[in-house]
Amino acid sequence: MSDSSPNIIEVRNLAKTYDVLPVLKPLDLDIPRGQFVALLGPNGSGKTTLLRLIAGLIKPTAGTIRIGGWQIPQETEAIRAQIGMVSHKPLLYDNLTARENLRFFARLYHLPPQDIPPRIDLLLKRVGLFKRAETLVRTFSRGMLQRLSIARALLHDPHVLLFDEPHTGLDRDAMTILDNLLLEAHQEGHTIIMTTHHLESAAQLAERAVIIYRGSIACDTPTSPDLPRTYANVTGGIV
Amino acid sequence: MNTPFLQVMLAVIAKDFRAELRSRELIGTMLMFAVLSILVFSFALELDRIARQEAVSGVLWVTLVFASILGLNRSMSMERENASIEALLLAPVSRAALFAGKFIGNFVFTLIIGLFLLPLMTVLYNMPLVSGWMFVVMAGGIFGFASTGTLLAAMTVQTRAREALLPIALLPVALPLLLSAVKASTAIISDAAFDTWATWLQIIIVVDIVYTVVALLGFGFVVEE
Amino acid sequence: MTAVKDFPLSAEKTKDGGGRTRLLYGFTGITLALVVLCLGMALFYAGQDITQGDVQRIFYTHISSFFGAFIAFSATVVGGIQYLRTRHPKWDSLALAGVEVGTVLAFINLATGAIWARPIWNTWWTWDPRLTSAAVMFLTYVAYLMLRNGIDSPERRRVFASIYGVLAIATVIFTLIIIRIRPDTIHPAVIGSSPSTGAEGGFEMSSSMVTTLLFTLLTWSFFLTPALIWWRIRLENTLERVNKMKQIYLER
Repeated sequence: MSDSSPNIIEVRNLAKTYDVLPVLKPLDLDIPRGQFVALLGPNGSGKTTLLRLIAGLIKPTAGTIRIGGWQIPQETEAIRAQIGMVSHKPLLYDNLTARENLRFFARLYHLPPQDIPPRIDLLLKRVGLFKRAETLVRTFSRGMLQRLSIARALLHDPHVLLFDEPHTGLDRDAMTILDNLLLEAHQEGHTIIMTTHHLESAAQLAERAVIIYRGSIACDTPTSPDLPRTYANVTGGIV
Repeated sequence: MNTPFLQVMLAVIAKDFRAELRSRELIGTMLMFAVLSILVFSFALELDRIARQEAVSGVLWVTLVFASILGLNRSMSMERENASIEALLLAPVSRAALFAGKFIGNFVFTLIIGLFLLPLMTVLYNMPLVSGWMFVVMAGGIFGFASTGTLLAAMTVQTRAREALLPIALLPVALPLLLSAVKASTAIISDAAFDTWATWLQIIIVVDIVYTVVALLGFGFVVEE
Repeated sequence: MTAVKDFPLSAEKTKDGGGRTRLLYGFTGITLALVVLCLGMALFYAGQDITQGDVQRIFYTHISSFFGAFIAFSATVVGGIQYLRTRHPKWDSLALAGVEVGTVLAFINLATGAIWARPIWNTWWTWDPRLTSAAVMFLTYVAYLMLRNGIDSPERRRVFASIYGVLAIATVIFTLIIIRIRPDTIHPAVIGSSPSTGAEGGFEMSSSMVTTLLFTLLTWSFFLTPALIWWRIRLENTLERVNKMKQIYLER
């Protein structure tokens, strides 16, 4: 990794077209190390596509993404080890316990075997699931699944954390726990990109809001309590 | 940079076995289906001694193919249920290693069914089905089903028709294997000399190799967007 | 009409599109003439078979349609591999055209076989290994079309179809070689000597018959099949162009 730039993520001319339908028009985006960015926009605006491109889950039609000195699409494999992703789907196995799920993913991320048990204990405690470690994931509530997902994404201590609408389907309490976990991760120095429809959380947690509208960056601004109004102005919606 | 191939493969196999030991969804349904199928066949065909000798390997292999389709569908929809396949794709692992893990899991599960059927059919049909060569042919045939089946199940699980499309896509492609396996098994049961049916075993091996290579190369394209 | 000109498929296509169309028309004309000549040769030039009589004449079409299908399905393999490498939709059009043309030719092969078998074997159809594997080959490509139909996303459809197209060639090769490895087939091997002692309906060929067979084989393989594939690709391009225009129109 030869990286002198202060930006951990540099997106250049990135575009994605499904068949002939342009979902993301060529865009540039720089994200400094340790920043918490909220990606906002209505459904179908292209924000999830952008997140999945950064995660290396889909290939760009044009343009590049540099993450910590490595480049997508040429060096996607090196980038995977630096990224953790939480989606609104849990990405966990129902018939395994919480600990077994984490142990499986720890092996996929090639953690040293002796480090795996303490790391799992630590993360389970952090997300408040230590007592449920031996419980089957199928019995978990939505909020617990979300927390375990976060533990999974943190396993390999990635530089960049991606959250795809983590607030979806959570009740008040679960949302508060989630927001605290996000804040904690940010304070630890992880760079975070989160898509969400939950503007209050975005305004509270993130330092910067990027609003995507019809496949382009419509607004890039530091967050303020005014965010809902800005959002409405940009997308032409109602507050 | 990637996690070593072997480690990923073993992790996936261990994960599938652990989940299976806990739920017994896969082996349970496959086994129940296989036993029912054999009973239904013996009623439907009203087999006498000579007809049995001709038909028994057909019954065995048709049962195995459909049982393996059941297992393949289950194994792939398990990855789709919570979109957990995405978590596999996020990890720094080669797609071929993920394929190898899923494939070997499916291979072993179907082989277990096959090994259970041999003594069962020996008793029910009064045929000498348990032999070393039979085991070789069985492992060879199932190997090919499992490799193409894992590839095709990864495709069909993403289609609108889902589970329904796997047999339609798999059966024609599996025909060279199925036909060779049936012929070889019939020869083994009737105690024919090895030379007379060696060609069939050769075809099974060649097809196994070709299919597995295509599946290893193709799997990445199928799971990635 | 101006709207159509607003959305050309690509710049180069319009530039020499006219030239290509003329080439296709010429090629089609030659192909038609050759196919008519083939039929004429089969009916009037080739000598009559001593035992089978005029029924044997269907063999020229029967064998040629199989080789045409083989060429078409090979085009599918090439198209599939090239699509996976380059991701250019034109290769997938080639693969799809290969499957559709090949499936029709495979059906002609099965139908002519059944018509021949009725007087010679005294049955339309029999569960002979060769016949079974030819039928399964036909069904494999029907399954290919079903698989395509079941996928909504155009990109996934192309990727899946490419892989299935490569895999499916195994049944074609199996059908080709099964006659050499199955001693119990009753299907005669026309080219080369039949290893099967049980083959029923084989025949010795005179030189006029050999000439006719070779001529028909080459025509079907290298003129008729490519011409049909070419037309099918053009149709696909037109469809794509219409879709693109629709989408651009809707975007406005």
